[in-house]
Order: sequence, then structure tokens, then C-alpha cells
Amino acid sequence: MINNRILDEILGQYPVKVKKNRKKHIVIKDADMDRQEIDANTRTIPGVITNRGCAYAGCKGVVLGPLKDVVHIVHGPVGCGYYAWLTRRNKAKSEDPTKNYMTYCFSTDMQESDIVFGGEKKLTRMIDEVVEVFKPEAVTISATCPVGLIGDDIGQVAKNAHAKYPEVNFTAYSCEGYKGVSQSAGHHIANNGLMQHVIGQGNMEEVPSSFTLNILGEYNIGGDGWEIKQMLEEIGYHIQTVMTGDGSYEELKNAHVSNLNLVQCHRSINYIADMLEIKYGTPWLKVNFIGIDSTIKSLRDMALYFSDQGLMERTEAYIMRELQKVETLLEPYKRICEGKTAFCFVGGSRGHHYQGLYKELGIDTILAGYEFAHRDDYEGREIIDSIKLDADSQNIPNLTVEPDVNRYRVKVSPEKMEELKEKIPLNYYEGMMRSMHEGSIIVDDLNHYETEELIRILKPDIFSSGIKDKYVVQKMGIPTKQLHNYDYSGPYAGFGGAVNFARDIAMSLASPTWNYTVPPWHSKPLLEGKILERVSDNA
Amino acid sequence: MRQIAIYGKGGIGKSTTTQNTVAALAEAGNKVLIVGCDPKGDSTRLVLNGLNQKTVLDTLRDEGEDIELDDIIHTGFGGTRCVESGGPEPGVGCAGRGIITSINLLESLGAYTEDTDFVFYDVLGDVVCGGFAMPIREGKAKEIYIVASGELMALYAANNICKGICRYADNGEVRLGGIICNSRNVDNERELLEAFASELGSQLLYFVPRDNVVQRAEINRKTVIDYEPNAPQAHEYRNLAQNMAENKMFVIPRPMVQDRLEELMMDFGILDAL
Repeated sequence: MINNRILDEILGQYPVKVKKNRKKHIVIKDADMDRQEIDANTRTIPGVITNRGCAYAGCKGVVLGPLKDVVHIVHGPVGCGYYAWLTRRNKAKSEDPTKNYMTYCFSTDMQESDIVFGGEKKLTRMIDEVVEVFKPEAVTISATCPVGLIGDDIGQVAKNAHAKYPEVNFTAYSCEGYKGVSQSAGHHIANNGLMQHVIGQGNMEEVPSSFTLNILGEYNIGGDGWEIKQMLEEIGYHIQTVMTGDGSYEELKNAHVSNLNLVQCHRSINYIADMLEIKYGTPWLKVNFIGIDSTIKSLRDMALYFSDQGLMERTEAYIMRELQKVETLLEPYKRICEGKTAFCFVGGSRGHHYQGLYKELGIDTILAGYEFAHRDDYEGREIIDSIKLDADSQNIPNLTVEPDVNRYRVKVSPEKMEELKEKIPLNYYEGMMRSMHEGSIIVDDLNHYETEELIRILKPDIFSSGIKDKYVVQKMGIPTKQLHNYDYSGPYAGFGGAVNFARDIAMSLASPTWNYTVPPWHSKPLLEGKILERVSDNA
Repeated sequence: MRQIAIYGKGGIGKSTTTQNTVAALAEAGNKVLIVGCDPKGDSTRLVLNGLNQKTVLDTLRDEGEDIELDDIIHTGFGGTRCVESGGPEPGVGCAGRGIITSINLLESLGAYTEDTDFVFYDVLGDVVCGGFAMPIREGKAKEIYIVASGELMALYAANNICKGICRYADNGEVRLGGIICNSRNVDNERELLEAFASELGSQLLYFVPRDNVVQRAEINRKTVIDYEPNAPQAHEYRNLAQNMAENKMFVIPRPMVQDRLEELMMDFGILDAL
């Protein structure tokens, strides 16, 4: 266990100002306190090795990228496009394989002369080429850093392109990497763009089924989205669109018709969730399909929202059947996992979501945190109004929407809404910290130094994070599990996903690999030298 | 080879002063190269007797990386070789990056030949970004002259440029060689400029009086030395060129704070006159 004294020792290695800063990002859970404040969504200190990404990564990489029938043009030098090419494991398949551009990488490949003379012409030429070759229905243009520096007006290029090709939807995103303090800024920029120019562009007016949903903040990493979709469809829901894993422009443009929005990753998509409620009257429900208990709770909350007898019965029948199926499958893995401890440091939602699944396997999460989340993701949405917007946040335009005169529908009566809010997290997220136990540690924007120190002291049995810290930790002899891309495995969502996760974690824990690795300092001296001259003992 | 950069407020007469000085140096038998670092590409018009050059960046854009030195260097008055870096149209792209690109290209193409006595960089108005400081970075131009006049904004700009020089002077060899006054016939102009230069720790290298022959020569696309070699103004430029050639005073300037600059203006009665 860690206490304030040990924490002070760790932070004591920092210069005073850095220590003061980092201290606010680390909280030891005190269950007696009503609420504990944590600092988040602030600038990473230069010199600290962070896991964070950039605004472009959040916009194109996370939110826009998974839309499969959209050509995503990356305007900039080739690296930003190339290194974001198929690296996130957001899977997608299409009925019409010619309308799935997921495997392509579109970059304007800006060269020196494009920087000097401006890149708008090259971008325009690329749009012509893309439309001619692929005939997409939608095109996104994402700006990388140099585009902002030289001031290419990509919004105007998109407008001109739309005038030339009125049947194609063009959207431009000024998501230059340097905007904001992390990829979180890019999520916001992407949310604004999709809300302004994509959602509601379709001409669907009637809801296709009384149980029609959008799934927000599910990116189909390793097939999670497919697992969830299959489960919900079996129970009797109709999925209008998934934002954005395996999602499509075709479905997304009609997202306004749904009766309910499910929010899986709150951080990356809560802006759209809020705006959909204001503009179309669709409430959102915070769900978590990672872990069996969380999945069951989410399914029951959904059924309660619709309060339909048949739906409730089908939900319970499904839960019963799946539980029976997985219980025996999980048993052998639980025996391996029981009593172990984990660190869970991931993006903006999984740092929280996976704690329940770990618990079901008998693994205690002793440290958790987010890379780029905001305070509400830790402390709950009730504190949003008290968050002081700093200059970095104000730099990202805040979109406000009005109720749509023709399409706004009251989907649940205000009285029913109030009644439901007592029972289920409607338009609400409680954050990560509330459910964590006494003495566990919450760290925001965990860095390499703190990772190593906290591992040294707490000795977790498994470390779940991403690619940037994976190998450092493995070399320390601790098994790791990437929870960004699932290390080529998955799906981990739903009932079947929980079994996959249990299998992978048990495999890591039981692997004999760690007994065979001998760190070099165990077999070789750390210092080598020879005696040049012997000094007499008296000297 | 001495590499010299000329800075100063926009419209102060940098290009005119530079080209007349270069003409005088060429007349005296020096081999000179002018590198125009203004996207407008008008730094070599008087020496070449016309604005007809294809700029480095235009050539780079049209012909790709495969460029011959002869495509971009033109020879004008007194055998002076002239290059215009050029740049994008106003409002697009990055002119600063353009200057970096073209100076690097000139180097790699071997424009700086052994037998060159002077290289002059004529740089756009103010130091607006890193690109425009390129001539004084990485050991290129080691001498800087600032063209100024007795007008307040010209001195503001000159003082500001000195701040830019300090940044690079601290880590390199670049030094301020002096202030050149291109007179606007302002009251007490010479005294003000002398005081200004000495406050910076530098000198007034030369006071170029105002003479309409400069405008007449310009209309004819010529330097005064070329257009009317015996005019008194031509001698002024010859003197300036000689002072520059013989200059031994190179300093790291001490830019003033705003208040001090305004005080100086006050002392010499400029602000009273307004």
C-alpha cells in the first residue's frame, strides 16, 4: 500500500514546481471523503515522458478514422497519415467492399514547396482524384501541424469541393496536433464537425423501430462493437449507427431518429451526446459493456428506459443464458487470476471500464488513471460547472446547438425522465473514482518515471496500458496487456468478450516466460574497471 | 568573402541603398552577389535594369529539384550577380520557409564562389518570423546594417531588429556593423541617429542625404552610380560603400526599452514637433 509519505518520496525527486504540479494529479482514495479533487486535462510538463497523443490523433485517429465509407484525407507531410494508417485496430467490414476505405491511407504528402507556396491547390487536386477514383459519399480533411502554421484554409477548400461535387459531403477539421493539451482536444473538434455537417444530413424522419439506438464512443477495437451489436440485436434493439467503430456516413447522417443514445466512452463523445439531446431530444445513457456485471447492469438499464415488458423479459432471458454459458468457461481462468493485482492506465474510459472485469476475475485494481480525460471522468459530471476553463480549452471552439424545429421529439416525458434518472445513469456519468476502494491510487497523465516507481513499490501482477509503456514494464518482469489495441486479441466486450479477456490475462499470468528472463544486471556487473595503481593502505 | 545582411523598416529604402552601395563596390572592382530575400522579388531591379528574374522558388516549383545555378543567377551592373529568393503570393503559404529553402539551395548549388568579395542579403521589412532571420543564422551573414531614418517607426523597427540580432549574436558570430541613415529630412535627424546608434553601442555608418536623383534613376531602372555617375549623390553612395568596406566596428547591440527610445525622441525634439 502507498501512503502520502511514500508518495512524497517519489515526487521528491522532481524539481519543486514539477512536484507541486504532479501532486495535484495523484490522489489516494479516501473513502471517508465525499469527493476528492484531481487535476486533469492540463498541459504535460516538458521533459516528462507522457503517453499522450496529439489533437490530430484524437480527431482523425480516434473519432473520424473508423467511419468506413468515408475517405479520410490527411493534409500534411506523409508521416502523420502513414503512422495513423491501420494502427488502432478499429475493425470494419462492409456489405459492399468497394465502399470500405478502411485499408487505404490518404495523405497529401506535402513537400517543401507546398509549405512555401501553400498546400490548398494540392489538396484540391487530391480531392478531384479521390472523387474520381473512389466515388465516396463523404470525405473528411484533417489538418496536421504545418497546415495551421502556413494558414491553408481547408474549410474553404471543402466548401469549394462541395460546390463542385454537390453529391459528396466534405468536412474539414482544423485539428492541428498542437491544439489543446492532448488528443482530447481532437475528440472535441471531431464531435463539433460531425454534429454540424454530418448528423442530420440524412432524410430519415421516422424511427425504424421503437427500440432504436445509437451507440456512441464505441470504436470496435478488436471487434468489441460487433460483440455489443450482436447482443443488442438479439435482445430486440435496432442499432441505427455506431459512433464510430465499424460506423458509416450512410448510417450516421440519420442518427437523429434514434430513441436513445448509449455512451460507452464518455470522454471522446459526450459533446455529441449532449448536443443530440438538445437538438433532437434524444437522452443518453451511460453504459459499460466491459465486464459481466457492468454488461448486465447496462442491459437492464436500457430495458428500464424503454420499460417494455417484452424487452425486459428478453433481456433477462439473454442474461441468464449467457451467464450459464460463461460461468464454466471462466472458472479455470479465475483460479489463476484470483488474488492478483493490476494497474489500469488507459485513455479516457477504459481505465475505469476494465476495473469491474478485473474484479470479476479476482484481480484487484490498485492503481488506475487516464491519459487525457477531464475532471468529470474522474469525479463525475456534477462537477462540470465548477471546472475553470483554461486558455488551452478555450482554444477549442465550443459548439452550441438549438432544438431542431422539425425533428425535435420528446422521447421520454419530463416526469418519466426524472423518475428514470433516480434509477439509471441518464445523461450522467459518475466517473472513475467513486467506485474505487480505499487506498487505491488514481493518477492522471501517468508518466514513465512514476510508472517505474509505483511498480517498484506496489509490484502489480499485471500492467494494463498502451504501446508506449508496454515494453519498459515488460523488461521489469511484469506481464502487460495493452488495453488500447488489445495486443492483436479481442473482442473483450460483453459476455463472450469477458471470457476472451480472462483467457488472455490468465495466459499472461501463467506464462513461464518471466522465470526465464534474467535481467543483465543479474549476470553481469554494472560497473567494470581495473586497478591501474595500487595506493598504499596508509595513504 | 564578407556576407552582409541589410534590414530595416519596410519602405525605408533598403533595396535602393543596398543596390547603390553594391554598384559603388562593383565599380571599385569588387565581385558582389545580391540575394534578395523579399517575396516581392524587387531587390535587384536597379542592378539588373529591370524586374525580370525568375526567382529561386518559382524555378524550384516549376522545374523540381533539378536546378542549374544559371537558371536563377543573373548578372547585372559591374558584373554583380543577382538572385531573388521569391516566395508565395500574399496571403498563402509560408514566405519565411521559402527564404530558408532558397538560401539552402543556393549553398548546395555552390552560388557562394571563392572569388566573391561581398554577399548582400536584402531582407523584407521586419524580422517577422524565423525564416526572415535565416541570413543571420547558421553563420551566413556575419555583418548586419540597419537602414533607418529619423522617423519614430523606423527607429522602433531598427530597435526591434536589434533584439533579433541579439538572439543570434549570443550564440554565434553575427554582429551589428552600424546604422545607415536614409534621410527623410527630419529635424535634427543626424544627431538623433548618432545618439540612437551610440545608445545601441554601435555607430552611424553613414548619413545618406535626400536627393531626387535617386527617384529619377529608379524610374529609369538604374542605380545613381549607373544613371548619373557624376551626381553628388553618387559620391555619397561611394563614400558609404567605402565606409562599409573599411568598417572595423562590429558589436552585439544593446536594444533599448520602449521608454528609453521615446525619451531619446523627446530629447531631439521629434515628438515636440508632432
